[in-house]
Amino acid sequence: MGKTMIPLSREQLIQAYRLMKTIRVFEDRLAEEAATTAMAGPLHLYSGEEASATGVCMNLDERDRIYSTHRPHGHCIARGLDIKALMLEIYGRQGGICNAKGGSMHLADPARGLMGANGIVGGGMPLVCGAALAAARLKTGGLAVGFVGDGGSNTGQFLESLNFASVFKLPAIFVIEDNGFAETIASSWACAGDHVKRAEGFGMPGRRVNGFDVFDVYDAAHEAVSGARNGKGPSLLDVKLERYYPHEQGISDAMRLPGHVDWLKANSDPITLLRTQMLGKGEISEQELHTIDHDVDALIDAAVREAQSAPPPPLSQLLTDVYVAYP
Amino acid sequence: MSTNVMQPEGSRPRRKTRISYRAALGEALAQEMSRDPTIVVMGEDIAGGMGAPGVQDTWGGAFGVTKGLLGRFGRDRVMDTPLQESAIIGAAIGAASNGLRPVAELMFNNFIGVCMDQLMNQAPKFRYMFGGKLTTPVTIRTVYGAGIRVAAQHSSAYHSILTHIPGLKVVMPSSAYDAKGLLIASIRDDDPVVFFEHIGLFDKEGDVPEEPYAIPLGEANVVREGGDVTIVAFGRMVDVSVAAADSLRTSGISCTVIDPRTTSPLDEDTILESVAETGRLVVVDEGNPRCGIATDISALVADRAFDSLTAPIKMVTAPHCHVPFAPVLEDAYLPSAEKVEAAVRSIVGAARAP
Repeated sequence: MGKTMIPLSREQLIQAYRLMKTIRVFEDRLAEEAATTAMAGPLHLYSGEEASATGVCMNLDERDRIYSTHRPHGHCIARGLDIKALMLEIYGRQGGICNAKGGSMHLADPARGLMGANGIVGGGMPLVCGAALAAARLKTGGLAVGFVGDGGSNTGQFLESLNFASVFKLPAIFVIEDNGFAETIASSWACAGDHVKRAEGFGMPGRRVNGFDVFDVYDAAHEAVSGARNGKGPSLLDVKLERYYPHEQGISDAMRLPGHVDWLKANSDPITLLRTQMLGKGEISEQELHTIDHDVDALIDAAVREAQSAPPPPLSQLLTDVYVAYP
Repeated sequence: MSTNVMQPEGSRPRRKTRISYRAALGEALAQEMSRDPTIVVMGEDIAGGMGAPGVQDTWGGAFGVTKGLLGRFGRDRVMDTPLQESAIIGAAIGAASNGLRPVAELMFNNFIGVCMDQLMNQAPKFRYMFGGKLTTPVTIRTVYGAGIRVAAQHSSAYHSILTHIPGLKVVMPSSAYDAKGLLIASIRDDDPVVFFEHIGLFDKEGDVPEEPYAIPLGEANVVREGGDVTIVAFGRMVDVSVAAADSLRTSGISCTVIDPRTTSPLDEDTILESVAETGRLVVVDEGNPRCGIATDISALVADRAFDSLTAPIKMVTAPHCHVPFAPVLEDAYLPSAEKVEAAVRSIVGAARAP
């Protein structure tokens, strides 16, 4: 934190801590359950990246829309989706937030402004342009945020969207969560040039962000949101961070050096960094943090227990919601 | 099913002159945009001239369908876009999830390849995979078909590819009257619709009421009635089939010609009821033959009306090759009235003994 940043209030600090902790416990518990119980479906976990979703979404309000990726749980939690309904969906059970028809990669809750995770890398980016266009035409005052990975940052759909958003000066924010790898391929190798310079090339501001530091993410997102709300058009955040788990649970992560993740956890964990700051400034006591930790543990544990005992969706769900109306 | 008597109840066209398929489409857009301020039209050259110093509304779309909308509705609702199909179609889809009712123009249906993710994995899946939480009222207008010597990458008929995808509706107007009524129905529909305009039909004229009207999606039009053979045809192939039917009538062979108007939803009942009466089926389609709407309808009839059939089902389609450039080859590629007539003749009199 070498520069002046927007200060966070005590309430905001507590909100940030609670969100990041909720994401972490949610994801770590899923990893544990996937390893020890029978769970269907792929899991792309967000542990280690919590500061990004949290720092961005804390700047948004009910007018705003976000589009997420195949690694969406963190964005969903930061956007305030119901934890139990999320867990039921990931377990494919009745009561899931998408009626158990989406699963981990296809989560949405338009009522909370989460317009869809996306299993197609880069596929959500043109939709961000559309949501931003609608906000502009309907004068809602809202904006649209598109999260994308370093892999998605190289797709045609993403690059087309940067141009489209810039040409129309849309209230859109593109957040590249560069966690170092698209599956197993290093972003340092696969992303030609520089994301910030790419943004400048498309005529929009770009900013490199320390994705381990929720203060830096919050500050950068605040600047981007202010620009979008004030008619200055789109911007891009190049958030550098790392994930603690493999691309997907159960597959090899051996392209990273042995011990690397342990080093990350010990030296640049975003939750530890936030916790240290809060305690150091005397904003909060150990006891208060412990209470939050306890609440979060109980919330996630209850959600997992409920999901594990919930019934599957009825077979009648197979053919519903293909269309609004079809003769 | 409806019949060829197509005026709305109690009304006659007040207009003295017939108007073109192109003008009917433009009229549908203008009337709907006047009615509903959330409708925006967007696409390459949809007005033309954006950012340039010269004439604005230069083209009004590559085929002139949207000419004049700019002057009435302005740049906020008539949006020239950069040439980037994924962004155009994806932005229209995203806007549709967020309160607008966009009509995007994809200049040629061959360009579907560029934006196929949006038409295959995004728009058609939102409602289903998000448990009914998202509605996507978007219309994608596109141009298809051969016959104007623009060869392989601007002439294909790819309606069957999109018909395969649950969640999409696919519309193929064959006349000026249907063009207006089906486009209005498509715009008002709350599901994503891909609307296929045939490149060879824009100048075709017909009686079109001035007032707005919607033709329900999934309701076939019976263009000719006859007892010997059922011909099912789509888009421009309806005219080709009607020409064949009228010619065959002079030889004493009477055909029913059914225009389903939409490949999805498909009016199965009208087709099956007709085949139950005629016992013979010819399907005419400008698409390639494998896994197309012609094979689909053939399978439908073989499955559900086999006992009615008195002769083999015949398909008249483009061959399994691309649209060639040389005029003599392109003409040979396309289904024609002569080919339809030959197919009908080949099965009339081929009735099987019961």
